[in-house]
Amino acid sequence: MSTATTRSTAPEKRSFTAAASEYVNDRTGIAVAIKGLGRKAFPDHWSFLLGEVALFSFVVVLVSGTFLTFFFQASMAEVEYDGSYVPLKGVEMSVAMASTLDISFDIRGGLFVRQMHHWAALLFVAAIGLHMLRVFFTGAFRKPREINWVFGFLLFVLAMAEGFTGYSLPDDLLSGNGLRIIDGMVKGIPLIGTWTSFLLFGGEFPGTAIVGRLYTLHILLLPALVVALIAVHVGYVFIHKHTQFAGPGRQPTNSVGPPILPIYAAKAGGFMFIIWGVISLIAAMFTINPIWNYGPYDPSPVSAGTQPDWYIGFADGALRLIPPGWEFVWLDRTWSFNILVPLIAIGIFLVLVVGYPFIEAWVKGDKREHHIADRPRNAPIRTAIGAAGVTFYAGLWAAASSDLLATHFSLTMEGVINALQATVILGPIIAYFITKRVCIALQKKDREIVLHGYESGRIVKLPGGEFIEVHQPLDEYDRWRLVSFESYEPLMIRPDARGKITAGQRLRASVSRWFFEDRIAPVTRGELEAAHSSHHAEVDTTHG
Amino acid sequence: MSLDRSVTNSMPANRKKLMNRSKRRTGRRHPLATVALLALGLVFTGGAYAALSSGSVAQAEAEPTSQETIEEGKKLFQANCATCHGLDAQGNNGPSLIGVGAASVDFQVGTGRMPMQMQGPQAQVKPPQFTDEQVKQLAYYVASLGPGPDIPADHLVNGGGDAANGAELFRINCAMCHNVAGAGGALTEGKFAPALTGVSGVHIYEAMVTGPQNMPVFNDLNISPEDKRDIITYLKYVQDNRSPGGFELGSLGPVAEGLLIWIFGLGSIVAITVWITAKSN
Ligand code: HEC
Ligand code: HEC
Ligand code: HEM
Repeated sequence: MSTATTRSTAPEKRSFTAAASEYVNDRTGIAVAIKGLGRKAFPDHWSFLLGEVALFSFVVVLVSGTFLTFFFQASMAEVEYDGSYVPLKGVEMSVAMASTLDISFDIRGGLFVRQMHHWAALLFVAAIGLHMLRVFFTGAFRKPREINWVFGFLLFVLAMAEGFTGYSLPDDLLSGNGLRIIDGMVKGIPLIGTWTSFLLFGGEFPGTAIVGRLYTLHILLLPALVVALIAVHVGYVFIHKHTQFAGPGRQPTNSVGPPILPIYAAKAGGFMFIIWGVISLIAAMFTINPIWNYGPYDPSPVSAGTQPDWYIGFADGALRLIPPGWEFVWLDRTWSFNILVPLIAIGIFLVLVVGYPFIEAWVKGDKREHHIADRPRNAPIRTAIGAAGVTFYAGLWAAASSDLLATHFSLTMEGVINALQATVILGPIIAYFITKRVCIALQKKDREIVLHGYESGRIVKLPGGEFIEVHQPLDEYDRWRLVSFESYEPLMIRPDARGKITAGQRLRASVSRWFFEDRIAPVTRGELEAAHSSHHAEVDTTHG
Repeated sequence: MSLDRSVTNSMPANRKKLMNRSKRRTGRRHPLATVALLALGLVFTGGAYAALSSGSVAQAEAEPTSQETIEEGKKLFQANCATCHGLDAQGNNGPSLIGVGAASVDFQVGTGRMPMQMQGPQAQVKPPQFTDEQVKQLAYYVASLGPGPDIPADHLVNGGGDAANGAELFRINCAMCHNVAGAGGALTEGKFAPALTGVSGVHIYEAMVTGPQNMPVFNDLNISPEDKRDIITYLKYVQDNRSPGGFELGSLGPVAEGLLIWIFGLGSIVAITVWITAKSN
């Protein structure tokens, strides 16, 4: 912006900044780009900032991770620890573990940066998760943004992979236990399992290769993919513009909000420092992954309370929920359904998550573009499906801490597991129906409000002795918010060009009926006018 | 419990213990097989060693115990413990105490587990109900009934050993139940291994040699007295030295960390986003 104005000022009075920016601009033409970007509008609902939280925490992860690479040594060669942590002095451990201990105890600021890296990683994945939920529940994944939903999903998976590989690097007891579980899961796959495990670990678990290999993934391959995908993902957000909630002046073709420059850029820049600050504060105050307690990895000890980081918890939970005895020998081979079933269930769940935008578009037969975000209540079935998915995930997640739930709430292990098994199977169904009902009830309430206004709490006595409550009509803005949403009707089965009704169409029609059978249509102009003409006296006689 | 007793009453004390425990364990197969199996293994080895070396256990008799102490102990016992353990500690609703040794009584009564108040998956820790002297009297009374592990000598429990060796032994022998940082953990059917913070050196030692309730016995062949001293040294180190990284969150590991980042981390950031996007008027 400033570059545009400097051109007109007298050259001899230019400030240093102006001169510098002109210098840069003359050589890069960046002003055009900045102007273009700077005039992009950014809608101002808080939930639209969650993606940025993820982005900024990733920046923290990247910077702190780079610091760690200066000191971390990804080798599994055995050494005798000789650092300053007394209870490990003289203990045999891998170089990876010893160097992580050195980062923690003998390198200035090392522990702080290590804790920052790990806390930022947890926040990164958490922010992605919440961001995904926002996108889901507002229908922001609809055309043309389905592709970006897929990229976002890939980022989520990559982030989990980044986290897991990082968690496995220090080669402490917890890392090793985590890898042991992965090893078990890989070996549980029929036919290729054992071979794959040997390939992965370069021989029998744990071997001496795995930390080095994970390190390459963790600091080279996965971050490169994450950065590339973030670029594509954010690029698409610029191209598509941001979705926005309905409101006056908000068209599918525009995007209303403050322009990015200068206000938004300033806010966002400040926001990045705030996130940096929150992470630093947490890292300075709370211990994370105290590997000095866990000690070096050794296949024999297992600690009570061994858990993965939160984002892998759902997979661990799935394993814990399988009842005993699902492993048997058949045809001279061991069939580990205790491992295969959770793997398959999680696989299906993830496929449903990534494919949902396409499923919904198909069910609706909807090929139009959508740029106005839905309020969750106005898409009751989608919201209900989302709630069911969240319940399923939460059940698995809670199962990963079943032992702590048992000790901390004085319950039995068996009771907790059984309750969570029920939650994972029945919970989603219950959540579905409750959410759908709640959405429809909220929609009905909105309708009431649009037609009859808010209850003002003012009671008036009519000359005839009747008491009524005065209803206050809505203002233009609020009404807009409440009436502008799309309502779909179940698709009818129509014969195709050759006069046939295909099985696909039948399926689609029945799913569509399930989706849109119970629905509340938005208030129409006609209804609104009718309601208003009966409100002449600004009192509502229908509600005594 | 009563069935166990009728079968085992005529056996030597340590064998009885072994049987009692192994029965309790093998009866209940469970999905948490690793923990149970490890425990079972340790119980068997611990118990078997104890049975083989029953002579050596009671050797460390520290103080000569006078007849008077024993008499006092007997009175206390009959007033407070006989309902469950029988007038002569031969067992009643509770197990026989003949041959459990002074260490067992000192541990059970000193940590407030005994006299047991509530029937449950395991005796709960309560504020101790007897003075130190009374505890000793009870302990020596029970010790006078049959040989068993004695209350350990001071130099074994004051934390002057090798913390690194202790840490390693702790991770191998104890962490699967008590968690690496001694934060405690769940066992099957509502039983649990308690957190070890604030437990005195003597009680840690006694817990190892007597194996209270669902804990296996670690006798001197299994973990030597010096190694036990090292374990105590490590546990004391963990207690006395706060984590260099800041608050430990109960040393509960990734679950506590996950809750913190979701509730406080993301929670405070969401609050900030709401503030940033609030209409400025
Ligand atoms: C309400 C009944 C009850 C009372 C009262 C009671 N106990 Fe116990 N005690 C038990 C039971 C039951 C057990 C076995 C617990 C288990 O192993 O799960 C037990 C176990 C013990 C043990 C451990 C035995 C072993 O195998 O190592 C000792 C020692 C003991 N009691 C001492 C005492 C003393 C001393 C008192 C009196 C101050 C006392 N108890 C009072 C019920 C009782
Ligand atoms: C099979 C699981 C298991 C193992 C292994 C185990 N314990 Fe325990 N431990 C328990 C249980 C269960 C209790 C609670 C017993 C009770 O309440 O009477 C316990 C109690 C204790 C207590 C008493 C705590 C208190 O609050 O008074 C100490 C001390 C202790 N254990 C130390 C150890 C040490 C040291 C080791 C390793 C050498 C060890 N334990 C190994 C299960 C275990
Ligand atoms: C999405 C991105 C990333 C996530 C989620 C992530 C996560 C993690 C986690 C959970 C750990 C374990 C730390 C601990 O010991 O507690 C770790 C370790 C490590 N990370 Fe990352 N990381 C990411 C990116 C990076 C990048 C980009 C680098 C380097 C440029 C890096 C370098 C390291 C190093 C060297 C370690 C081992 C040192 C140690 O354990 O203290 N990480 N990472």
